[in-house]
Amino acid sequence: MRKSLVASAVAAAFMMPSGAMAQDSIKLGILVALEGAFAEGGADGVRNVELALQQAGFEAGGKKIEYVVAPSDTTPDTAVRQARKLIEQDGVDIIIGPLSGSEGIAMRDYAKTVPDKTIINGISGALETTWVDPAPNFFRFNLDGAQWGAGLGTYVVEEKGWNRVATVAADYSFGYTNFLGFAVDFCRAGGEIVERFWVPLGSSDFGGVIASLPDDVDAIYLGVGGTDAINFLNQYNQAGSETNLIGGTIMADQTVLTSRGRAKDALIGTPTSGPLASDDPSEAWQNYVKAYQEAFPEDERFPSPSLFGVGYYIATLAALQAINEVGGDLGDGQAALHEALSSNPLDTPLGTVELNENRQASGSVFITEVVDDGEGGLKNVFKARVDNVTQTLGMTPEEFRAMGLPSRDNPDCAALGGGG
Amino acid sequence: MALAEPPLGRTTAPTRPAPQKVWVERIPPIWWVLGLFLLTLPAYANDFILFQVFGWTFILGMIALSLMFLAGYGGMVSLIQMSVAAMAGYMVAIFGTSGIAAISMDLPWWLYIPIAILIAAIFGTIVGALAVRTEGIYTIMITLAIAAAFFYFTRQNYTIFNGYTGFNLVVPPQLFGIDWRQPVPFYYLTLGWAAISYGVVIYVSRAPFGLALQGIRDNPRRMAALGFNVTAHRVAAYTFASVIAALAGILLVWQNAQIAPGTAGIPAVIDILVIAVIGGIGRPIGPFVGALIYVLLRTFSPDVLLTFGLSGERFKLLIGLGFLALVFFSPDGVLGLWDRWRARQARRGDPLTGEKGE
Repeated sequence: MRKSLVASAVAAAFMMPSGAMAQDSIKLGILVALEGAFAEGGADGVRNVELALQQAGFEAGGKKIEYVVAPSDTTPDTAVRQARKLIEQDGVDIIIGPLSGSEGIAMRDYAKTVPDKTIINGISGALETTWVDPAPNFFRFNLDGAQWGAGLGTYVVEEKGWNRVATVAADYSFGYTNFLGFAVDFCRAGGEIVERFWVPLGSSDFGGVIASLPDDVDAIYLGVGGTDAINFLNQYNQAGSETNLIGGTIMADQTVLTSRGRAKDALIGTPTSGPLASDDPSEAWQNYVKAYQEAFPEDERFPSPSLFGVGYYIATLAALQAINEVGGDLGDGQAALHEALSSNPLDTPLGTVELNENRQASGSVFITEVVDDGEGGLKNVFKARVDNVTQTLGMTPEEFRAMGLPSRDNPDCAALGGGG
Repeated sequence: MALAEPPLGRTTAPTRPAPQKVWVERIPPIWWVLGLFLLTLPAYANDFILFQVFGWTFILGMIALSLMFLAGYGGMVSLIQMSVAAMAGYMVAIFGTSGIAAISMDLPWWLYIPIAILIAAIFGTIVGALAVRTEGIYTIMITLAIAAAFFYFTRQNYTIFNGYTGFNLVVPPQLFGIDWRQPVPFYYLTLGWAAISYGVVIYVSRAPFGLALQGIRDNPRRMAALGFNVTAHRVAAYTFASVIAALAGILLVWQNAQIAPGTAGIPAVIDILVIAVIGGIGRPIGPFVGALIYVLLRTFSPDVLLTFGLSGERFKLLIGLGFLALVFFSPDGVLGLWDRWRARQARRGDPLTGEKGE
């Protein structure tokens, strides 16, 4: 008897739709990596979503805005599982996320199965997400990984005079994509890529790669990030190597620059490119950094927002602006919301962002260099800015398509006018 | 719960009552209740509970069941079962249809499913043949090493396994006009295969092969002296367990609609062991109990933390604490807790009638 009582109580618990949503609120689901190499950056993403919502008073379009966090571990399996939980169990209307490249591609495919919901990319940067067979309800307000690399190649060739490089980059979609952006630009500027090394994401032993790096190069391009970057630098230091470094976008992010230990000092003088410069003098950026620093106590945040944080912040801004635009009306399969997201330019701390026909942003890329901040820490200083970088890196869509997708062997440097 | 399978490790010689019951009567009522509950679940659970919670539970339960078979009946703790499942999943993606048209061969389902099971079974058998030459901790080490090698191989190999990205858009075939990826059909599909696997494991455990295997577990020397081929029995146990894991792997790739190296990464491999230990490797129901607990923790622990005003990003802590508490209070898993509770109830007698025991 008691057993059947328990059984019926369990059954009752199942019947209760836990996503029971009040009519006057809109729920955001934050899909973010809180495990693995990017856990620190992911936590900053959550902070920035909170910041954006606080600034809006947790209200948009006359409705209350609530949010749920779904942690992933940067594998596409988990991302899709958590997305499904957000939509089916928690009843969210809009997903903000994911964080990493392969998750983004998985979410593009998942988005097609929920056409009446909206997915706004967090900070994942795989080119394919909005380039190959994009989903109509997937929006990306950050530049993709290839765009982030644009401009750096020309900079190192023309300003630094580094013409021969070897590259070490993470062996997964973001690694290829970010490398492609750098390489296309670098090769067009006449540079030569001597050798390419690919290291698995999450590896801790880089000894083999470091030992086989060629000596006769001007610089080494490093396209790894998070804890991988710190591990690499540690071992690079221990091996006594002193070649110039060129950083991929996530190489000299706040997560690496604020790490403990001296290994990161190898980065001093390293040029990198990315969608932000923490000392960008523009007013929008300065105001945002101030708001970020005031919103959280110093030991619970980075000195200035990380790349991951800014991505989630802008995605939340986009969601709020679109909800305001449609007056909180998510009816008709969120058609009005989708229209508002894709057609309106968005003012962000990084300048105005506009989406193209694939719902992919075009915007500015910043070239920065790592310097000693005089207090024992490191910081990025703003060097140059490349505006209006498009998804196709200034090529026509046909040319860009003909070049092929990012992979270990693409782009072909010689075909772009460079060597190697 | 008077489970329908013989408890392990105890040599019970039940003195059955003289009149032989019909088989229907021999099934304890709890099984009827459980069966009815699971069969009618779609009437009262939402799609998420069906597809995500129970679908995933049955799949993980099947993979852990294959481990339970090896560990419980064969005394071999193998960490390769998740990799075998992933191998089957990969084969479905490679021989069947996926979003990676350059690699996938688009064979019909009646061809690629047997191929996937066959290849996964061969893979499991080869690993088994290597592993049976070791005992105890060394079996764990060698299978873990092969699992790690499998993970890194799939991540680095682009010509067959498509590297880090893996395969996307792998969906079940539309059989009998049903979309098997819809929550209710998928729920019954996984329930059905889980029940079949469970039944087959029970059957095999009582068949001569299973009894010989348990004999080998308890005393390999004596079994060898009796003329049993110890190594052959152990390798065959791996083959049998691999088929169950392969079935689960196919269901898993259909549920996720994609497969990538992370599917059989080291954390996933360890999770299967955790599931089996939580549930208890004494009996075949254990892995399913463990899988349900694991899935519930995995799915809802961030919400639980947030309810108590804690930061949701520490959800792994809750899973870890739960696991530690369980291992501390009951080294033989949830089933062990249950058995002890039953024993205490039996000693204390019925609170209403005062009758002792059953």
